[in-house]
Parts: sequence; structure tokens; C-alpha cells
Amino acid sequence: MSILIDARTRVVVLGMTGAEGTFHTRRMIEDGTRVVAGMTPGRGGTRHLGLPVFDTAAEAVRSEGADAAAIFVPPAAAADAIMEAADAGIGLVVCITEGIPTLDMIKAKAFLSGRPTRLIGPNTPGIISPGKSKIGIMPGPIHKPGPIGIISRSGTLTYEAVQQVTRQGLGQSTAVGIGGDPIVGLKFLDLLRLFKEDAETEAVVLIGEIGGAAEEEAADYLREEFGKPAVGFVAGLTAPPGRRMGHAGAVIEEGKGTARVKMEAWAAAGVRVAVSPAEIGATLKNAIGRVG
Amino acid sequence: MRIHEYQAKRILAGHGLRVPRGEVADSPDRVGEIARKMGSPVVLKAQVHAGGRGRGGGIRSAETPERAEELGRAMIGMNLVTTQTGPGGKLVRRLLVEEAVPPARELYLGVAVDRGREAAVVLASTEGGMAVEEVAVGRPEAIFKEYFRPGPGLRSFQARSLAFRLGLTGDIHKQAVRFIDGLTEVFESQDASLVEVNPLVVTPDGNVLALDAKMTFDDNALFRHPDIRELRDPEEESPLEVEAERFNLQYIKLEGRIGCLVNGAGLAMATMDLIRHAGGTPANFLDIGGGASEEGVANAFRILVSDPGVRAALINIFGGIVRCDLVANGIVRAARELRTRVPVVIRFEGTNVEEGKRVLRESGLAFHPAAGLKEAADMAVALSRPPGGESS
Repeated sequence: MSILIDARTRVVVLGMTGAEGTFHTRRMIEDGTRVVAGMTPGRGGTRHLGLPVFDTAAEAVRSEGADAAAIFVPPAAAADAIMEAADAGIGLVVCITEGIPTLDMIKAKAFLSGRPTRLIGPNTPGIISPGKSKIGIMPGPIHKPGPIGIISRSGTLTYEAVQQVTRQGLGQSTAVGIGGDPIVGLKFLDLLRLFKEDAETEAVVLIGEIGGAAEEEAADYLREEFGKPAVGFVAGLTAPPGRRMGHAGAVIEEGKGTARVKMEAWAAAGVRVAVSPAEIGATLKNAIGRVG
Repeated sequence: MRIHEYQAKRILAGHGLRVPRGEVADSPDRVGEIARKMGSPVVLKAQVHAGGRGRGGGIRSAETPERAEELGRAMIGMNLVTTQTGPGGKLVRRLLVEEAVPPARELYLGVAVDRGREAAVVLASTEGGMAVEEVAVGRPEAIFKEYFRPGPGLRSFQARSLAFRLGLTGDIHKQAVRFIDGLTEVFESQDASLVEVNPLVVTPDGNVLALDAKMTFDDNALFRHPDIRELRDPEEESPLEVEAERFNLQYIKLEGRIGCLVNGAGLAMATMDLIRHAGGTPANFLDIGGGASEEGVANAFRILVSDPGVRAALINIFGGIVRCDLVANGIVRAARELRTRVPVVIRFEGTNVEEGKRVLRESGLAFHPAAGLKEAADMAVALSRPPGGESS
């Protein structure tokens, strides 16, 4: 098993005919993803990468039964694409786009409330259930099917964690990037609930970073309900306050959202927190060893 | 993106909100001229992107134009150090010369993004003139909040309620409501991330006006606000950071000895942490991004080593879309051109890692290849220490 996506997931790519969309759609297909359609307004009725292209997300759902969407739409139009996918009834929307204005995302999240659609991202590498499906831009070959769930706010740091997990002889059930923006869809808490219910997932690796409180919000659940081993790392111990560290959401504001506070919250909740990013894999091995 | 107080006040005035009469001066003569024109006591305010100016000597009052000119001479060109500038301080290039407003009741108004609630929030407080985050800790009951979303916006009853909770009545209540509406309008129409008036003052003769104003804007939304983008003052930023931005690099200068060049923001932060964990100090944050070109990498490397504090460089690449061989070519090119003597530790992983290592080997340059993260950090820390000297 895995969470959110598996081999049956039918993906429509919003913005598939653009340069980014084309490049990554090709790679998703290579990594085994069942991409069923593309969507670019004004290009309906054409074909691209051997797939049908539609003007609207709703047509892709009606005609090809798409139940997940990948968004490679430029920042100015990406929030609208999220809302269009949700309006079409698509259950899982993965928004890769970086650089969406914050107020656009506040509107999009308000639109999603009360609808069943789950959003991953924006500003995320996406989600992968190795060997089954990948909706995103992460390099497929570093992944391996296995019992570890991964939740991360980062991109390449996630690949680092994935590789360390793989090198411990373990693999991933599902790895999810929740996104580096201030306003995102599913967060640590939402995904932990899904991993708890997933029989294949035996332990999780959590990668946080400075800014916001998504890490702390998951602490109570981790301590009281999650019940599986969890390993964590939080980036940004050396980040200066008030500066945005690459990600729009990675900023210590008015002294809040520091790496130390997040690490302490997780440690107090029973998460084994790696003090160095080089020790994520070893910490995981250790945590599983002691439990099992 | 941050703007100056005088720019923020112009935006407020443009929305019909009252601010003290004032003009900007970049010379002592001009300060005197403005003060004479005002014909009243004035306040001189240093225009730098940092708070806490008052305690650092960046806000001074003058009874006469002569005194204003004298103070102007002392303040323009001074290096202003406040709690927010860091020990290096900030060079004062301009002063805002304003009519002095008599001591009055001071309130606080701010509009910001609340990440947890995924909404905008108006904050109002009876404790004006203090940092709102200090009030939040010491007297949270003195802060009132109303949440809203762009689109529907803040409702009239919410603005009225805030003004009532501030204890305002009659015409002053009406003026405060106009202020709250105006600030939310600026926030929403200009894609601000913070609009703050602290203090908002109520004068003895019954006027409400913004004595100070601070605004920051969402960098991601500047594409639809060319007029706001114009207000940027690159002199307030580090020259290396401005240079880096020209090449689409995310660079933040720090004070340490080990320069980092990394792909991805999270990994870049983690690399800084790794250096600290190994006993060294990071000299910068530098993310070359997911779509970096060979030329971009070469520029990144050049910017990194042009920081005079850098004693060693650590290049940490986890190839995904960015290929290790592309990064290697960029580094080799820049290292040849610059003939830098900074030792360079390189750790490659991911896409085209073997090709990348081969490019480094065949360059004939004396790079220090590292097998893993920990080894890379240990090597960089050792190389950053002065030979035979004490560690620092």
C-alpha cells in the first residue's frame, strides 16, 4: 500500500504543453505514472506526448477519468488552476509551481474548504509511491519501494533523506513534499494521519524547516496517537532571523518559527531528532532497531 | 520587499489617510530649507530599512531651522546602529523632515498574513509606540484582532468593532475606521505582506494620523505591481546580494568563514547547519535553484569567493534536474578565470554524479572531493582554519 497515490492513479497534467510540463510529464511516464491527459486552455483537441489535450480540467475528468492533477502552470495563473482542478472534482491536486502570490493562495485555500479535494504544495517536488506512481519532479531512481513514509517541506533535502533511507537498505512507501510556501495544502499532521492508517508504512521521516508552525502543530498527535517510530530533522538552525531562506515560507518572523523550538517540540513528542542532516538515515535505523 | 517610511507614507496619503506634513532631504542644506518652509518645530527621521531607530539616535527633534540643519549635518552620513541593523549598522543617506506632532494618545494598527489561519489579520492595540510582539507577550489582552480574506475583504462591522475596542468614540472613531479600511485596502490591492502604522496618533485637537508607517510586499506578487517594484532601494541591501539576484541566485550574506554553494533552499540551509555542527561557521546561504545553467553556477561561485571573509568553499549538490556535470563545468570555468586560492570542497550526489567527478578530475585543478556530507563538512572546516593557528 501507499498513501494518496498508487498504480491506478490517473493523472491529468495542467500546463503539460509548456516546457516544464513537457519535460516532467515525460519523466513521470518513464517512472511509471499513469498520465492520461494534458490540459492547456486553447490547446483542446490536440495531442501532446501521445496524450489527448483538453481546454478544461472538467473535460479531462469526463473523458479520461482523471482523478489526480499535476500543476505546472506559471505562478500568475497557478492558484486559478488549483481551483479549476478542485471544481472539476479531482481528488488530489499536486501544485509544483513556485512563486505564487500569498494572497492568491489564501483565496485558493478558501475555495477548497468544504470541497473533498486534497492539495499538495505549492512549491513542492510532489509525491511519489515508488514503483507505483509519481506526481512531481523528484528523480525517480533514488527511490525504492519499502516501509518508510517521508514528509518534507523541502526539495533536494528530501532527496538527501530518501537516499539515506535507501542506503540503509530500506525503501519508501510514499514520499511527500508539502511545499516551501507560507500557505500550503496538506501538512505534517494531515499526512501523519494517512501514514498511521497505511499498513505498509512502519516508520516515518519528517523534514521540517524554519517558519510557520506546521511542525509544532503535529507534536500532540505524534506524542499521543501516531504510534509508529518517527525520525525528524529541521533545517535552519543557523538561519538569521527576518530573512527568507530561499523558500517564501522559510523565515523566522518576530522570533517565531525557529528550528530549535520545532526540534524541541518534536523531541518532546518522542520523535528522534537528527542533529545533523548527515545522520537522518542512521537515526532512522536506530529508531527502527530499538522498536522492532 | 521592504520600502522606506517616507514611501509608505506617500502610499497612505494616496489612499486618503492623514500623515504629518513632511519632505525628504539628502543634504543638511535641504533639511534647513524644508524646516524653514514648515515654519514649525520638526522631527528628523533617518530613512533606513531597520526598526528601533529612535534608541539608536536615528530620530531627533529640532525647534528651529538652524538646529534642524545642524542635526541634519550630524545624521546624514552617520552609521546608524539599532537592534535590527546588526553591529555593522546602516549608512543614513536620507532624512524625512516632518512637522512635529504634539504628544498625544498612541495606538497601533497593523495588517499581516496569519499563516496558521490562512487569512489576513488586522491587529489593533491601545499600546501604540511599542513593538507589537512585545505587547503580545506582556499584555495580550491589549491586542484586538479581526480576520479577513482578500476578495470579500474586511467587513465594515469588523472595522467598527476594532475601533470601539480601542475605546474610540464620535468623530475619532469614524477617522480610525477610515484608517483601518484604508490599511486593508493597501494590503489587499498592493499584495503587501505587512502594513503597519505604529503609532497611530490621536491629537488633542481630534485628528487621527500615522506618525510612522512600515510596509513590506510579497516578492512573488511584484510582477503585477510595477509601481511598487520601483520603490526598491538596492542601497539598503548587501551589494553581493543585489549582484546575485541579477543571476536569479538566492544568496544571503552571513559573517562566517565557509562559503556554501548548494542546489535547493532546504539543502542549502541544512548545509549551513552541517558546517556549524562540524565546528565551523557558514559565510552565506546560496541556492543556485532548480534551473541553473553553467553560467549561473560560474557566477554563483564568483560571488561566493568574492566575499573577503571566505576561507574555504563547500559545494554540495544533490543532482535532480540540475546535473552534477553541469555544476562541475561551471565551477571549473569560474575557478580557472578567477585563479582563486580559496580551497574548494565538493560533494556530488544524484544525477550524473560520475560525469561530474570526471570533469573535476580532468580539470587538473586542486579540488577536494568528498564522499559524503559529514566528510565534506569536516574537510571544509579544517581547510577554513588558519594554518597552524587557533581555530576561530
